[in-house]
Amino acid sequence: MSVPARALEIAHEPVDRESLARIWGQPPGLVGWLTSANHKSVSIRYMITAFGFFALGGVLAAIMRLQLAWPDMHVVGPDLYNQIFTMHGSTMMFLFAVPIMEAVGTYIVPLMIGTRNVAFPRMNNFGYWIFLIGGLMVWVAFVLNIGPDAGWFAYVPLAGPGYSPGKRVDIWAQLITFTEIAALVAAVEIIVTTFKLRCPGMALHRMPLFVWAMLVTAFMVIFAMPAIMVASTMLAMDRLVDTHFFNPAEGGDPLLWQHLFWFFGHPEVYIIFIPATGFVSTIVSTFARRPIFGYTAMVLSLVATGFLGFGLWVHHMFATGLPQLGASFFTAASMMIAIPSGIQVFCWLATLRSGRLVMRAPLLYCCGFIAIFVAGGLTGVMQASVPFDRQVHDTYFVVAHFHYVLIGGAVFPLLGAILYWLPKFSGRMPSERLGRWSFAVLFVGFNLTFFPMHLLGLGGMPRRVYTYLPETGWATGNLLASIGAAILAIGFVIFLVNVVRTLTRGAPAGDNPWGASTLEWATTSPPPPYNFAYIPTVDDHDALWSATDRPVVTGLRDDVREILVSDAIDATPDHRQHLDGGSIWPFLTAVGAGIGIITAIFTPWGVTIGAILCAITLTGWFWPRGEPSGEARTSA
Amino acid sequence: MLVAFSLAGCSGLPVLDGGGAAGDRIAGHWRLHLWIALVVLIGVVVFLLDAMRRRATGAAGVLRPDAASERRLTVGVSVAVGLTAVALLVLLVASVATGRSLGILGAETPAVTIEITGRQWWWDVTYWDPVPAHQMRTANEIHIPVGQTVLVKLASPDVIHSFWVPALNGKQDLIPSRKNTIAIKADRAGTFAGQCAEYCGLQHAHMRLLIVAEPPEAFQAWLQAQRQPATPPASALAQRGHDVFVGGSCVLCHAIVGTEAAARTGPDLTHLASRAMLAAGTLPNTPGHLAGWIVDPQSVKPGTRMPANSLGADDLQALLAYLGGLR
Repeated sequence: MSVPARALEIAHEPVDRESLARIWGQPPGLVGWLTSANHKSVSIRYMITAFGFFALGGVLAAIMRLQLAWPDMHVVGPDLYNQIFTMHGSTMMFLFAVPIMEAVGTYIVPLMIGTRNVAFPRMNNFGYWIFLIGGLMVWVAFVLNIGPDAGWFAYVPLAGPGYSPGKRVDIWAQLITFTEIAALVAAVEIIVTTFKLRCPGMALHRMPLFVWAMLVTAFMVIFAMPAIMVASTMLAMDRLVDTHFFNPAEGGDPLLWQHLFWFFGHPEVYIIFIPATGFVSTIVSTFARRPIFGYTAMVLSLVATGFLGFGLWVHHMFATGLPQLGASFFTAASMMIAIPSGIQVFCWLATLRSGRLVMRAPLLYCCGFIAIFVAGGLTGVMQASVPFDRQVHDTYFVVAHFHYVLIGGAVFPLLGAILYWLPKFSGRMPSERLGRWSFAVLFVGFNLTFFPMHLLGLGGMPRRVYTYLPETGWATGNLLASIGAAILAIGFVIFLVNVVRTLTRGAPAGDNPWGASTLEWATTSPPPPYNFAYIPTVDDHDALWSATDRPVVTGLRDDVREILVSDAIDATPDHRQHLDGGSIWPFLTAVGAGIGIITAIFTPWGVTIGAILCAITLTGWFWPRGEPSGEARTSA
Repeated sequence: MLVAFSLAGCSGLPVLDGGGAAGDRIAGHWRLHLWIALVVLIGVVVFLLDAMRRRATGAAGVLRPDAASERRLTVGVSVAVGLTAVALLVLLVASVATGRSLGILGAETPAVTIEITGRQWWWDVTYWDPVPAHQMRTANEIHIPVGQTVLVKLASPDVIHSFWVPALNGKQDLIPSRKNTIAIKADRAGTFAGQCAEYCGLQHAHMRLLIVAEPPEAFQAWLQAQRQPATPPASALAQRGHDVFVGGSCVLCHAIVGTEAAARTGPDLTHLASRAMLAAGTLPNTPGHLAGWIVDPQSVKPGTRMPANSLGADDLQALLAYLGGLR
């Protein structure tokens, strides 16, 4: 069944590309938006929405930097400030960082593994709408001055019914429910797509590192998210139906919340960071013009990080008064995770050092990432030490540390990845000059913003304070950080200008402008709705670098949505599978679930209402509609 | 960046420039971290810049690495990973050793035991004594004898707070239903700032406390003075202030030992005038600030549990005279 594509076309046995485009595409306009089953258009929407939330979170950060620029400022009062930092953290973590990684994943993974779509295209669309409804809910609440104000970590008892009356924390808890569903949906999507839809030849050991990264991330989501789901549900129940899970007076335990939250919260950091390592591996390999050094070590490091990430959560709780021996275990585990991260850094450096570097903006972002991430990792190792952590815990030292690992470790690679794949997304080349400028400004702005925060933390400045007294001596550091934040904002604007300029007047990109090795570059830019006219085959993890005439798969129908399902380990072709097309039901299900979840903020009946609405919409979704290929047979 | 970090090693930052053995040990432990981190960071950055300097020459074809150079890289990466593991092991041992030595410091028999209750948003302090009559209650300012171990027992009746005096020791959370303790010891006299370090709601920012470390004799004198009931009003004006206090709403929350005021909701004011700051380290304790605080606390510390008090000018002056005499 495998024949070279060119031979096929010569033999006048072409697939009907128009028919493929018709059946894999989406209807134009709003209907297409609501019903789309195309992973690329859903992902693009996902990415734009997540970047929208990123911009909103950034505006909040700017307000905070303005407020803290000088002692005793009155830009905002304590109540609004507390809402702002809560919204900043929640937005960045739940509405930007995790969704954006998953969105890039659901766009790139099917292309990279050479298939036509994600495994459950309707569920993919459902996940997007759930995410959007959740994000809008919390932002509307914030605009109405009922935004959550107990921190993105919502520690009880402060977040409990006694100390946070009103509905603010309930809104936060339901935001978690929305994000949870969206994240799990995307994780299942990525795992099944990766395991079952890989093109022939792409055995696990030939999977590109980005796909590996997304796979490990997806598994982490599946294991981490239930902890926060349990926790937020218990919190919502404490608040709504007077359970006492966290109420010490009734035998509950405030520390139970912290364990559950951080059992999710720490893996969450790696859920954000691991996809970013996938970006870096991809970009470094492409621009070093060589296969990544230490592929196997890289894969094992990713998997090891995935496991170790679950053994660190107590290092967020060193000040709660835990026994020293237990704390030592978590010190050791926290330090140990530096080893797989170190292996990855060293492999990237080895790749760069031994390659033939082509300096382009995406690579600059990755080099900037390495420097910043190593600095952030090293301050992380410092905090693994219990005595030192008890000094800097909940101070600006920690704020500096995690912005180094999250902005440096995830946002820099992400921006690099956006520039890198923008030609694929849009078919147009970004401006190299603007790309370099944005990098330079962001790099300077970033360090100026966050480096002084280390010193503020050592100077005794705690987090989450809406102002500080002049005699604390924190004014200079804060002023520097605020100036840095302004520069950082300019960098993001330059980046945005570059993206807009690319979309409007970028030069045509061609299929593979970077000369990259992975399969997403084996199709047109932007890819057609069906991704590949013929499913490719591969014989290496750098597929496009290994052979000029790769065989392709023939025999998939071009008149119905058909995909090739393969073996999870070896990716040997197994069977052809019909894939669902566009439908309005995923959207309606998301709306039904959204109504239920939001109603549950006010009354337990929300659960019942949501269940009924979901039962109705899911019935519509899964109603048997006869042979899927029935309508197509006639034209075949 | 590196310069700034190095500078931090010798500047007057309280975490690094401690006032006691515990703080010093933590700072020393951190300096080991810092040196190792600097070596790693500089090494990585130099290597990275060097790699970035070697650009592609001529055609940017795909490189097929040969086995010999890959082997060299493998050796290099392995050595780097090995060194990382060794460094981490050293830091792990150092961390555990520091933790143990802090534990030993903390286990010394305390000369003074203080019970601190964190409340939204101030510190309720009781100096414990086996003789109940000698127990003494104050707020937001603690005095400790230099060179003696002080055991601080921490409790919270509302939300989680965290007791942190960076110059003396790490932080310890105050968690409802849990009993935590922390030992502090100052090796030199001085005033050290402390602050709540766990987000505890609206006025988390203004939940500060002062630690005054003084020679043992001075400390004992202070303690004796604080155990005394309040100074009786010394003038007619102060007497009127006393009447304003006990006749008004102040007594609903505050206590002044030696008067009928015995409520425990708010800070004990028996020796208010002896304290340096007002409202948990928010304002200097001057008559002007005190007047502002009494009349309109919400504009100073929005959300504080202290309500506004509309007093006539004469009553306010009298009250200030009375409170100003509570040494």
